Parts: sequence; structure tokens; C-alpha cells
Amino acid sequence: METLEFARPAGLRAPPRRVHVGVVASGNLEVLLEPATAAQSQITVRTSADGFGERWRAVIDRFFARHDVAVRIAINDFGAAPPTVLLRLEQAIEAAFA
Amino acid sequence: MSDAGASFSELDARERAHALLDARSFRELLDPFERVESPHLPPQGIVPQSDDGVVVARGRIDGVEAVVLSIEGNYQGGSIGEVNGAKIAGTLELALRDAKRGRIVRPVLVLDTGGIRLQEANLGILAISDMHAAIVSLRECVPVVGIVAGRIGCFGGMGIAAGLCSTLIGTEIGRLGLNGPEVIEQEAGSAELDARDRPRIWSTIGCRRRREQGLIEVFVEDDAIAISAAMRAAFREPAKTFRSRDIDASRARIAAYALPPTGAAR
Repeated sequence: METLEFARPAGLRAPPRRVHVGVVASGNLEVLLEPATAAQSQITVRTSADGFGERWRAVIDRFFARHDVAVRIAINDFGAAPPTVLLRLEQAIEAAFA
Repeated sequence: MSDAGASFSELDARERAHALLDARSFRELLDPFERVESPHLPPQGIVPQSDDGVVVARGRIDGVEAVVLSIEGNYQGGSIGEVNGAKIAGTLELALRDAKRGRIVRPVLVLDTGGIRLQEANLGILAISDMHAAIVSLRECVPVVGIVAGRIGCFGGMGIAAGLCSTLIGTEIGRLGLNGPEVIEQEAGSAELDARDRPRIWSTIGCRRRREQGLIEVFVEDDAIAISAAMRAAFREPAKTFRSRDIDASRARIAAYALPPTGAAR
């Protein structure tokens, strides 16, 4: 298990509600998304698969390139593939602004 | 939430609780953002889940106060550790306290669990024994309804918890027992039991068979509405006796399986 921390400058939009999606099941992940409490968006990842820090960085960069948001995200991951991670993040952000 | 005609087994633990409670009455206690998770798993290299795989949902069933305890079978096989075990046992104990004061809260257990979480061993066992004691006391005040309708089934100490419920509801998907097939194969070898032999396993411990054996009361389709209806009926027309007290029936069941007497040809 590995814990990764990322920070990005807070974007313009803070979600009006917090959202929980997903399950920590094989090839899946859990996302807890809340409005940011600081001037930064913070992302904490706990993953069962060690050594994929650069892959996580790329996924998170892609997410923030699409969404100009101020959020705090916690991810509990059980070996999800990058597309699954992006889909879960999209699901969370969609529900948070719905 | 629209679960009309939804397969209950394909819902996650939270969606199952939604499907069972009256519309718009769902209110979660110790939700994921409380982050009441297992402190024992990360030191063993296992990623925790923010609700430790158990949803505690307050709400109403046919207008009466209720609490649904829904186990997430997809997280660590629905296994019971210290924290999620305490969520279940603590909830049942609070329901008992309320019942003794004349405030009825209908308890429902959605059982999708292999039993003890091996990584938390004795702590899980302690929690499960607390549940057993609470169910036995609580069922004297209000029916305790168990549902075995998930892909894991219900095994180990949680199989005993199921056996103590006032009414058990099962589906074609559900399986109920003490040692699960995977554990039997692991411990005794595939000659004893091939855990991939689905027809044999479901014909032995599947809920349809368990209904025939009298180990569950209600067999329904894997459908959220059908299961919710069966649960509501179990509260409207409570079981008059508890199957776990029917010792004669248990003895007869065991006698039916008895091996030939010692000394007979093997």
C-alpha cells in the first residue's frame, strides 16, 4: 500500500456539496470529494498498487485540465486502471455540481 | 432513487439500504465522511474503506422508525472487523435500549459477508458475539429481519447471526452456511468440495435449498421491490417462534444427514 499526496492551485468553482462514489473492490476505487478548505486543491491517494505515482499524477493533471474546481479529494484505490479512476472522478464531480 | 425492478444483488450496500427504507427517509449514521475506518488494515498493507464496508441507515419502514445495517460484500468480502462489527453491534444495542424504553426501531440486517475479517481476527469475533447477544435480546421486542441476497452469501459467525434473526429472507443468488465453500476447499482440498462446482454448491447451501430445509422463512426473486415487500410483511406478521429455538427440528435435520453407525462398511 502506498499513500500519495498531490496539490494543485484551487480553481474557480467550489462544489456546493460533498460526494461519495465507488467501492474499494478489485479494480475499483472509492472517491470522497468535498469543497476545498484551503487555497489549494488537495488530493490524497491510498492505493494497493505501489510504484504508480507518475501514472496518478497524469490522471490528476488530466482531471484538473478538464475541471477548474476547488476541491479536496480522498481516493481509496484497489488497483483500478487509469480510465476507471477518471470515470469515478467524473462521476463524483458531476454529482457534486448536479 | 428509482430502484423499480432493480436486481437487488447488483446494488451496492448503500443503494440496498435506500431500496428497503421508505422513500426519502434514508439518513446515514457514521457516513463515509466521518472516516470511521479500520485502523488495523493499513499496517497490514490493505487499503481501508471510509465506512469500513458497513452502512448504518436510519429511516422508516411503512412509516415506523427503522435502521438498516447493510454490509458491502465487494469490500474485503464483506468481512467483519473491529470497526464495522462495532457499527453493527452498537446499532443493535441502541435499538434494544430504545425498545426497552418503548420506542420501536425496526432492525434489518443485509448480510453479504464471509464472516470474520481474518486480519482483525479476535476483534471481529468479539464484535460478532456482541451481535449475537443483541439479536437474541432484541428479537423479543421487535422482529429482527435478515436478508441473504448478495453474491458473497452469509457465512461464519455471521451465518450464526443470520440463524438468530426472527425472519430470514433469501434469493436464488444467496448462500447461507458456516464454512463457505472456498474455505472448505482451501482447508480440506478440492476432493472434499470443489468451490467452482456451482450447481453442487447452490443445491447444497443456496437459499432455495435452505428454504426447503426450513433454515430461512422467505424465498423471493432477486428484485429490490420483491425483497422490500417480503421485509415489510415480516414486520407486519412477525414469526411466532424462533427457528433457533426449535431444537427438535434441528436434531431431525442432523439425523437426516447422519452417517452410517461406526463399524459399518466405509
